[in-house]
Amino acid sequence: MSESVLTIENVNRLYDDGERQVEALKDVNLELKRGEFVSIIGASGCGKTTLLRLIAGLDKINTGSIVFNGEPVKEPNYKRGYIFQQHNLFPWLTVEQNVAAGLKARHVFKKNKDKIQKYIDLVGVTGFEKSYPHQLSGGMSQRVAIARALINEPELLVLDEPMGALDSFTRADIQDKLLEIRAEKNLTMLLVTHDVDEAIYMSDRIVIMTPRPGKISEIIDVNIPHPRNRGGAEFLALRRSLLDRFDLANAHPEPEYMI
Amino acid sequence: MKKGKSKKGKYILTVAFTCLGFAIAILVNLLFPQISENVNFAKYNVGAFELDGNGLLRIVLLALIAGYAVFGIIDYHDEARRAAYINKASFRFVMGLLIGLLDITGTKLKVLPQPFFPGPAEILSPFLEEFDFILTNTFYSLRLYFFGFLFGVLLGVGTGILVGWFDRVYYWVYPVLKITGVIPAVAWMPFALTLFPTPFISAVFLIVICAWFPIASLTAAGIQSTPKAQYEAARILGGNAVYQLFHVAIPHAMPQIFTGISTANAFAFTTLVMAEMLGQPGGLGYYINLSKVWSAYYKVFAAILIMAILFSAILKLIGRLQDHVLRWQRGIVK
Repeated sequence: MSESVLTIENVNRLYDDGERQVEALKDVNLELKRGEFVSIIGASGCGKTTLLRLIAGLDKINTGSIVFNGEPVKEPNYKRGYIFQQHNLFPWLTVEQNVAAGLKARHVFKKNKDKIQKYIDLVGVTGFEKSYPHQLSGGMSQRVAIARALINEPELLVLDEPMGALDSFTRADIQDKLLEIRAEKNLTMLLVTHDVDEAIYMSDRIVIMTPRPGKISEIIDVNIPHPRNRGGAEFLALRRSLLDRFDLANAHPEPEYMI
Repeated sequence: MKKGKSKKGKYILTVAFTCLGFAIAILVNLLFPQISENVNFAKYNVGAFELDGNGLLRIVLLALIAGYAVFGIIDYHDEARRAAYINKASFRFVMGLLIGLLDITGTKLKVLPQPFFPGPAEILSPFLEEFDFILTNTFYSLRLYFFGFLFGVLLGVGTGILVGWFDRVYYWVYPVLKITGVIPAVAWMPFALTLFPTPFISAVFLIVICAWFPIASLTAAGIQSTPKAQYEAARILGGNAVYQLFHVAIPHAMPQIFTGISTANAFAFTTLVMAEMLGQPGGLGYYINLSKVWSAYYKVFAAILIMAILFSAILKLIGRLQDHVLRWQRGIVK
């Protein structure tokens, strides 16, 4: 837990909403260490997804810098995997072809063919290799999306609310799977979530962001040993304190998070 | 067991029912007296046999009976196909009756306006009379269709990809495509016939033009409607622009490319026959034109019969190809 994988320094991002410039991100600073699991929570419009897209290289920064492994981020790179809110699989490819897409895109398919099955097994969709995405449930599709990202052996995996649309059992299942993968591969993960429980269950640190302008208001260390008990005293105490914070920090009159 | 047996018995009845219509048509042809004297069936030597139009009609009807009987047996073992066979039984039965009816009204009694509505035996007799000539013309049409449509598809998909992918090409080419595309291809015929060295090439050109427009515009639309999120997924995975084009945009456009191909196919058939009627030294359209001049309407019908069979077969082939290429859609789209 020493080497820095990603350094975000004084990042600002403006966008035009047609009438005026909106500060989507203002002076954001964050550093991710190798193997760390960090969650970002915050109300809608606080710039969580904007930040992830900048880290992925899908959008451009206005001022400031994002440095990944010593190199400034300019373009998307397979070393920074990305899991989208919607699985975003290619509907014309079977499960195994989707998983293999990264290998094909990087022209390393022939050398790494045997990896495909390994990652299909890893995320637990064995037996569905020849299925097309529309034949899969939401949870299964998201697992395939995870395998598709992992086959490129990224050093950082960025997850944009990937479990938001899933039922709670499937969600818990995938959470455990992600923790398992992270431990096995010493993978750095950055998760945007709407779910306070999810953030506490998985993270080493929780970043709280506030909207208008989107900025980091607080970073909280989570020092509960794994595997975490969702009903444990420490867990519940942290949850209560987080939710309290939100009632204060939130500009909206209604709390966004329900217990 | 007993239930299964009765089901089987019922199915055999369905097969018999399907074939019965055609059997009745054979009996009509054999037993109904030739009352009108305005018919003259010439006999032709086919191998060791001597055959006239009536003989050929009976052979065709027998072949239909044999075919439907064999398919009836094959389809029995597949539930979906069996249901389809049962469903079509009434239609096929009536088809048989209709052939018999046309035989009576068109040939035996000649109560239909003549010579415009010959009976089925007369429509088949050109195949005895000038089989080689019909075959030559059919192959001419096929060759024309094949080259015209193939180049039309290649050019259309190529143009569509360029227009859909490059903004510059869209700016310069799309307006031209929009304006020239709505002109029926045959309008270019005077130019085509003078500018190209052979009539064949000029007809190929017309078919290419008529296929080009719908395929190009639908391919371009398909490429342009590719969701940004899918490009982003490809970029994240390490895919460059070439990968995004060939592995994201084109597969995404594939359903629309096939819609374009189907539309273009209908245009191509029309243009093909028109071109042949208006200045080709061969082809089914040419054969129709030639026969019309001699008021040989039974030959016109013979050519139309070939077109019906040929074009349906081509449509079926394209349909099969489409089902295979778009198999990932099975279950999404009905």
